[in-house]
Amino acid sequence: MERNHLYPLQLSAFTLSTPLGAGLSATFGALRAGRTGLKRCDFLDVDLDTCIGRIDGLEQMPVHAGLAAYDCRNNRLAQLGLEQDNFTGAVGFARLRYGRERIGVFLGTSTSGILDSELAYRQRNPETGALPKSFNYAGSHNCYSVADYVQQVLGLAGPAMVVSTACSSSAKVFGTAARMIQAGLCDAAVVGGVDSLCLTTLYGFNSLELVSSRPCRPFDADRDGISIGEAAGFVLLERAASKTDPDSIMLLGVGESSDAYHMSTPHPEGAGAQLAIQAALAAAGLTAGDIDYINLHGTGTKSNDAAEDKAVFNVFGGSTPCSSTKGATGHLLGAAGVSEAIISALCIRNGFMPGGLNTQRLDSALNSNYLLHNREQPVSRVLSNSFGFGGSNCSLVLGRPGQ
Amino acid sequence: MRISIEGIGVLGPGLNGWPASQAILAGAAPWADTAVVIPPGDLLPPAERRRTGPPVKLALAVGCEAIAQSQRNAADLPAVFASSAGDGDNMHYIFDMLSRNGREVSPTRFHNSVHNAPSGYWSIATKSMAPTMSLACFDASFAAGLIEAATQTLASGNAVVLIAYDTPYPQPLHATRPINAALGVALVLAGNQTNRSLAELEISIVRAGTASTPIANAGLETLRLGIPTARSLPLLTALAALTLNTEPAPEKISPDRIYLDYIAGNQLEVVAHPC
Repeated sequence: MERNHLYPLQLSAFTLSTPLGAGLSATFGALRAGRTGLKRCDFLDVDLDTCIGRIDGLEQMPVHAGLAAYDCRNNRLAQLGLEQDNFTGAVGFARLRYGRERIGVFLGTSTSGILDSELAYRQRNPETGALPKSFNYAGSHNCYSVADYVQQVLGLAGPAMVVSTACSSSAKVFGTAARMIQAGLCDAAVVGGVDSLCLTTLYGFNSLELVSSRPCRPFDADRDGISIGEAAGFVLLERAASKTDPDSIMLLGVGESSDAYHMSTPHPEGAGAQLAIQAALAAAGLTAGDIDYINLHGTGTKSNDAAEDKAVFNVFGGSTPCSSTKGATGHLLGAAGVSEAIISALCIRNGFMPGGLNTQRLDSALNSNYLLHNREQPVSRVLSNSFGFGGSNCSLVLGRPGQ
Repeated sequence: MRISIEGIGVLGPGLNGWPASQAILAGAAPWADTAVVIPPGDLLPPAERRRTGPPVKLALAVGCEAIAQSQRNAADLPAVFASSAGDGDNMHYIFDMLSRNGREVSPTRFHNSVHNAPSGYWSIATKSMAPTMSLACFDASFAAGLIEAATQTLASGNAVVLIAYDTPYPQPLHATRPINAALGVALVLAGNQTNRSLAELEISIVRAGTASTPIANAGLETLRLGIPTARSLPLLTALAALTLNTEPAPEKISPDRIYLDYIAGNQLEVVAHPC
């Protein structure tokens, strides 16, 4: 099969901070140990019977010096993420090589810094209804705030934007970066996603009866909803070097589609998901048999897991090992795509397939080969799925170079 | 990047569809600040139509107008949605409910709160399973959308519809982010010139330090500065001048060169050529 001319791109550097901890080793160590980052909800005064993946310490964290106008939970989380794994050092090196205006910043978020607006509405002036003077819309609530902030922290001045397509946001940024590099608008790109806890998502998903009272159990017969988490993940993407280190991790393909079915329920046959998976394989010039492991979207809702299972089974049959890591991290919403892409990269780097946590009894109506236990074995190519509200689907293929 | 334009849609104050707006934008007819009337979104199934607010209907209206002119099928076209703020009325309602006892957020309000709600409704209305993108770039959201749509067209060789839209926030958010009126603009982009091409655009990101291109008409210039999507109006005025059917046809000696403010000291330079 002919590979799409946009790929491969090299993941030159990456970092991930999730409820499992800050930095790659914390997240990977927890996955290998089978430890979840979910706990009873202790976020602000939220009175819901649910579990969340909250990152400790954001309440006291500063944002970057000189960027106080961007202070909000989401940008604090971005700052925490940028400080791990020498990511800023790697971007600094790329900046010297390419120039600051030749590196793009394409980030996903679903709720940006709207927590600030939620809290500001509680403090409205009783007479005029005005928001408190301390509220800064552009630096917090606005959808673009996090890309603006990250671009400035990294000292970059190239193209930038935020993709906000709900839970596929930070998967779709990989496609944008590939197209931008192909069009010659930049030589490299920082892609990623940052999404932080807020009341809108907690109470909103609860109103849709999609929130579990227990740590989420993807693919379990008794699964009853998601657990919401927060995360920041960043990847430095570059054109593949002519002589690539065989240990490099590459972006091999991206596939996107729409369900055209319903705003908050996936297509029951997984038709849109299947299109995205097939498009990602086609872009990579691969077939289903080339994929060693699938990191599922696997949210733990009845309808999502059933639809995704059908899509995966239709493309791969029932043998390719797959699992969801949301039992460990929670659903990271706008940061889910990049977080799971990075987890997929760690699986390739370490020869590891994570067993899904919290799942006790696999749903016999689901036919995919869902892993309940970790596997240690070579992994060359991974498919990572991300599906969002509005029927927005995106699949990524990552793998070793030149195979 | 070189792309061609096959269809244009516009709906905003005093700009009621492309045919009616062409002469106004080209400076051949006066502009009047009339209220925006957004059509009811007949393309949506009734259940979805009831659940949607002005941004979805605005996006649908301009997208359909541009695609009709291109004579393409909406179900075949990837769509790029660009908006600074999404649905401000809906966010206001949610924040207000969250500040009250009980915090009863309606499920419909919640799923409409995602930035990609218009693209979700669009794919349902047009029965399109093609990819959709929803992006934001503050005041430069149209410029970022044009870049995304152009790179998509060049990467795939397929036509793409760009739909940019903004609607005002209600108070108290309006005081912190004034968006003065609703405006939607849509363009159908294609890679190669066809007999449907209206104009060709040459798009590049430059750091020339050039001021963004203003509009001579004072009313339209106020619009341009008061709505993020209206930052596109200098491009639309150039397209209007290029495509207006006047007798005799205006002599174009040099192509129109337009600068749109982008981000981080960059501008988008757009040169519009006749087809």
